[in-house]
Amino acid sequence: MNDEHESAASGGHCSCECAPVERRCDTLVIGCGMSGLGAAIRLAMYGRKVLIVEKHNAPGGLNGFYYKGGRKLDVGLHAMTNFVRAGVKGPLNKLFRQLRIKPEEFALCPQLGSRISFPDAQLRFGNGIALLESEVERLFPSRIDDFRSLVRIVEEHDALDTSRPQAGPARARVHAILKDPLLAEMILCPLFFYGSASEDDIDFDQFCILFRALYLEGFARPFEGVRRIVRVLLDKYRALGGERLMKCGVRRLISAAGRVVGAELDDGSIVRADNVISSAGADETLSMLGNSVGVDEKGRALPRLSFVEHMACFDAQPRDLGWDDTIVFFNSSSRMNYRRPSEAVDTQSGVICFPNNYDFGGPRMNEGMLRVTALASYDKWTAASPDEYERMKESCAERMLGKALSILPNGAGALKRTALTFRDTFTPRTIEKFTGHIGGGVYGSPRKLRDGRTPLENLFICGTDQGFLGIVGAILGGISMANSHVLSRHQV
Amino acid sequence: MTKEECKQVVLDIISEIAPDEDLGNVKPDVRLRDQLDLDSMDFLDIVMELRKKFGINVPEADYMQLASLDSCAEYLTPKFNEAGISL
Repeated sequence: MNDEHESAASGGHCSCECAPVERRCDTLVIGCGMSGLGAAIRLAMYGRKVLIVEKHNAPGGLNGFYYKGGRKLDVGLHAMTNFVRAGVKGPLNKLFRQLRIKPEEFALCPQLGSRISFPDAQLRFGNGIALLESEVERLFPSRIDDFRSLVRIVEEHDALDTSRPQAGPARARVHAILKDPLLAEMILCPLFFYGSASEDDIDFDQFCILFRALYLEGFARPFEGVRRIVRVLLDKYRALGGERLMKCGVRRLISAAGRVVGAELDDGSIVRADNVISSAGADETLSMLGNSVGVDEKGRALPRLSFVEHMACFDAQPRDLGWDDTIVFFNSSSRMNYRRPSEAVDTQSGVICFPNNYDFGGPRMNEGMLRVTALASYDKWTAASPDEYERMKESCAERMLGKALSILPNGAGALKRTALTFRDTFTPRTIEKFTGHIGGGVYGSPRKLRDGRTPLENLFICGTDQGFLGIVGAILGGISMANSHVLSRHQV
Repeated sequence: MTKEECKQVVLDIISEIAPDEDLGNVKPDVRLRDQLDLDSMDFLDIVMELRKKFGINVPEADYMQLASLDSCAEYLTPKFNEAGISL
């Protein structure tokens, strides 16, 4: 399939103009991101008539892609987490089994190595726990046994058990186990950035899922980036006869007697469905029923964490400039602030990624790319006038690049030896516009619905608000919703 | 269909669901879970494939009948024969 002309390539399925006024399907899937595709493929595999509706013109959702300046750029993907080799037990190989995809189809290439960078310590880690364990032993020798107990606790914790309530906050618990505040904060830093939907903390289930995904397993990436993953999933879905409508969101869900019966789409047409699985977010989906969004005990809207990301391309390979990390998670003090900043962007902490720094075997990317991501204030970005917005983008990009260079070895000097060839920045406003997630929330609501149930008996949530994280988690989340709420339920 | 043929049908389904498993030495009297890396998601798939390929329904209450190849054969062979399915 030619993913470059995504919306045009699927012919009639993608054009709302030639859509009939009323459609019928067994399951309507809202959103053509990773979790929606995971659910839809499973249902189509077992003969269900599935329709995916997606309001954006490109698939991928929070892990989408776009074109700019002649370049193919990824939105979410720094790395695919949960990477293990074929045949090793874990979520990635579970996903391959469930979708009948061969591991080589994703063409995942392992990372070179990553780093947690705090002012007084650097911890390197790679795929598998061994490197991190030896680094902890080297830098925190008196705490190595505590670190090993934490690893055991994570290994034994069944984070996917949806039959019990959420496990509660992890930060204090991790501090108590590791008994060294710096070590605890360093271990938490990448996990916050790669999936915490809560300010200054992370749910313990989420902590365990992420600890496994990042440290026990690891990072990989296809040479082509996220396009490869999306293409494999779409090809699979199409081969099974699945249908989708792009550039056509849901205007409202239609319910009667405690059940959802269908949806009215943006083009005014109606889809009738026996079940609806929505990846639009829990509050976002309930608002399609006319409900107000979720609030905390004081009646305030639940906060969403959003980010600014700056991408800079340059005329060299990062490794030739002395930058051989795949990902660097940095913090400028000994304790992490992980909350919505009062200013447009908080450069005190963040994530630096070099998509070049994977073991791709032969091929090399034409140019180097540095991506830097930091926490952002949704309010500041949305309140800005168009002119202010452009100025904010420019000044934040400068600050973020400057910060990244101050963290990287010989940063400023290295960049003088090369020329920047392209830069782009996306903000909470961009994220909200293209994903529809309230507040530009990358990890969704802090309140998770792990079993996907809603007040309506045949409406289910998959994706970010289920709390299974990363691309692998999202796809598996979609799969599990299709399995437990549709396939096994309607078995007999 | 004989019980041996029925076991082969189940093995074929497992090899499709779990192509990375070595099915060369599966003992018919030992629980499949104890010799292969299969979890509840995989067992759901065995049930789904039986339905998709042969129209055979296994109600949830009977899932335990699929524990080993022998118990699969005991339980499924009559269902195949009732449905008039032969290989």
